[in-house]
Amino acid sequence: MPRTAGSSPHLVAGPRYALLLAGLVVALVFSVAFAIGVGTVDVPVGRVLEIVLAHVTSGTGGPDPLADQIVWDFRTPRVLLAAVAGAGLSLAGVCLQTLVRNPLADPYLFGVSAGASLGAVVALTTGGVVLTGLGVAGAAFAGSLISLAVVFVMAQRGGRLLGSSLVLAGVAVAALGNAATGYVQLQAGPTELRRVMFWLLGSVSGAKWADLGVPAAAVALTAAWLLTQGRSMNALSVGDDTAAGLGVNVHALRVQLLVASSLLTATVVSVAGGIGFVGLIVPHAVRLVVGPDHRKLLPVSLLAGAVFLVLVDLVTRTVDRPNEMPIGIFTAALGAPFFLVLLRNRKKVWR
Amino acid sequence: MKVVAEGVEVRIDDTIIIDRADLVAEPGCVTGVIGPNGSGKSTLLRCLYRALKPSAGTVYIGQEDIWRAGARQAGLRTAVVAQDHDLDNDYSVREVVAMGRLPHKRLLDRETRADRVIADEALARVRMRWAADRVFATLSGGERQRVLVARALTQQAPVLLLDEPTNHLDIGAQLELLDLVRDLGLTTVAALHDLDHATTYCDRLVLVHGGRVVVSGPPADVLVPDRVAEVFGVRSAVVPHPLTGRPHFVTASRTRVPRPSAG
Repeated sequence: MPRTAGSSPHLVAGPRYALLLAGLVVALVFSVAFAIGVGTVDVPVGRVLEIVLAHVTSGTGGPDPLADQIVWDFRTPRVLLAAVAGAGLSLAGVCLQTLVRNPLADPYLFGVSAGASLGAVVALTTGGVVLTGLGVAGAAFAGSLISLAVVFVMAQRGGRLLGSSLVLAGVAVAALGNAATGYVQLQAGPTELRRVMFWLLGSVSGAKWADLGVPAAAVALTAAWLLTQGRSMNALSVGDDTAAGLGVNVHALRVQLLVASSLLTATVVSVAGGIGFVGLIVPHAVRLVVGPDHRKLLPVSLLAGAVFLVLVDLVTRTVDRPNEMPIGIFTAALGAPFFLVLLRNRKKVWR
Repeated sequence: MKVVAEGVEVRIDDTIIIDRADLVAEPGCVTGVIGPNGSGKSTLLRCLYRALKPSAGTVYIGQEDIWRAGARQAGLRTAVVAQDHDLDNDYSVREVVAMGRLPHKRLLDRETRADRVIADEALARVRMRWAADRVFATLSGGERQRVLVARALTQQAPVLLLDEPTNHLDIGAQLELLDLVRDLGLTTVAALHDLDHATTYCDRLVLVHGGRVVVSGPPADVLVPDRVAEVFGVRSAVVPHPLTGRPHFVTASRTRVPRPSAG
């Protein structure tokens, strides 16, 4: 199967890449608007845009207070949180897969979600007895920071972070956190338990505008920084020595990527719970489409992750109306088949 | 550009891996770093760029200490063909070679036409231009090494470092790669296993044993039979090559006498 000159081995390359990027932006806008419209009370997309525009431009609601409340107070923050969480987890996945050069790396590799879960579950079951003032999100964030700190301390040697030690320490800390979470769960009453399960599987339901600020800022900041690091991340993804030879400050970049991915994961997990699968699979799916170049991988993962989670959240609240399902169930149930199809269609590369 | 390592010492957890090693690579010459497995030749080579920071000693490329000049500066001065290329990712050959432009680029710079021309010329130089749109990991070992040399050329650095570049290559690919490197005329330092290759392709050799530089100098002065016996545990001789007439380094086991196959 000889290849003609000038044809990239990646599915989408050259001018088609710009088209893909533009298409994803359009898809994000429309899926957000559509997802805001759909729910127990359906609001037409045109009406949604009207209300959102009214708030953004003049800071006032529309003429219909009920629709306004549903759209602006309930659904918009929820859908935006889904978008932010999808973008953040996907970016974190790219960072970590590059950092440890392991295709199975996901944002929860370093025990972030285990620590966050423990914090959240303690807060949910003891109901603020122990963690007064922190709240569930605050407790989760504290838990994730503590577990990250333990992992980093364990995995560093003379100030240098070792990839394999990071993975192993992360696995151990996660196991420890999960054990403690399991214990706390067993002590919980039935109503608490349901809330705990919901949180553990991840959910953006009940999101308020106040929940959105921190993760959105974290995603915006790290995304802006990451988009400048594409070349260096390419070099690092090939090898530490190679990256050093190409003039990358390998140690500094590794630490920066760790901080970036931890910030993304901890802020997202603390408000949206342990939404699984997105951070693992979106980067891989995007690589199968645009190839491994981080200058393309990062922006496409950000957008694709956001669109994916907005749509998945839509499914979780429409499939069994008026009941809601945890989002984590559907990220895997919908994402895995899609990924398998991509994998089967992977362009033949003479392996 | 001259490469000088002075008193380089590498310690890992109180174990001395490299012990006060000195090395000089003259501009435009090929310097071979040789030694048995585990002698520290790869470690010493990794100290010549910023892959490994020595616990003591200094490495100068040109006049500048590589750890003072900054990572990007190091990338402009030395290009490296390392041994760690991960084959799990689907970078195309063009993408791999384009990485060589990294130290020349500011954060948000895009690839320009000039960058592409430099990369294409480098690929042509190693006769791999036909493979530009292939996935790097699908190439043969020899082809991959040539692409990595092309990436090094794209870096346009005056110094080229190669870490056992002929590992796992068939003999044809080995000689092809070494011919290529020799013809580039860069200041080259290569860690090499094959002592005959070291004799044939290097202007100077640095013999490493047990983390120390035992001797350095022209191949004929370094690879004398007594020293080769002591360091590598083999008998050796230099004979005129029957095809080229050049010095040919040959070895034989010290203990076992090879038997002709019993009729």
